[in-house]
Amino acid sequence: MNTLAGILVVLGALLALAGSLGLLTLGSFYERVHPPTMGATLGTGFILVACVVHFSDMQDRLVLHHLLIGVFMVVTTPVTYMMLVRAALHRDAAQGQDLLASSRRAGPAAGASEEGQG
Amino acid sequence: MNASFLDTAAFAAQVLIGLAVVFAATRLVIGPRAQDRVLAMDTLYVNAMLLILTHGLRTGNPYVFESALVIAVLGFVSTAALAKFLLRGEVIE
Repeated sequence: MNTLAGILVVLGALLALAGSLGLLTLGSFYERVHPPTMGATLGTGFILVACVVHFSDMQDRLVLHHLLIGVFMVVTTPVTYMMLVRAALHRDAAQGQDLLASSRRAGPAAGASEEGQG
Repeated sequence: MNASFLDTAAFAAQVLIGLAVVFAATRLVIGPRAQDRVLAMDTLYVNAMLLILTHGLRTGNPYVFESALVIAVLGFVSTAALAKFLLRGEVIE
């Protein structure tokens, strides 16, 4: 049981490290949004499962309340990052580089062709 | 022997997460724009929470869970408020 918890905690730490490394090294903001989600969901999940395994082993009963943090992180991380990316798109549009303009032009045409085929 | 394996693994995990904290703090300092800094602060919150959870795993202290939960909630609220501030220029409207 301790071996399983040790392997899980190192896996989670490696995922968190990979997420932060991607945050540091990638080029643009819209690329940098992606890597931290890995540490926030899967890295947190591995470390929380390690906590569940270790404390269940230590207290001789099933200890599951650590998974509450995992549920909370899985629910809130997409919400915050979507708000953040919307704010970044708004700021980019305010500075004159409208990254949504091309998709706005392509969007209705692509939808119409899909409707035509359907 | 098994307990010492978990201790060594948790120490290694603490070193790795500490390195992740350094990476996120570097992005917080050099981040070219405000949204990069907000994203780096959110990552810093998550990494600090993982560091506290790993510390609780290493010491066997079950009360560390509450502080990790509080840090997760505060990280969500602060990042949401900062994203709202970047979008509108004010938090409560």
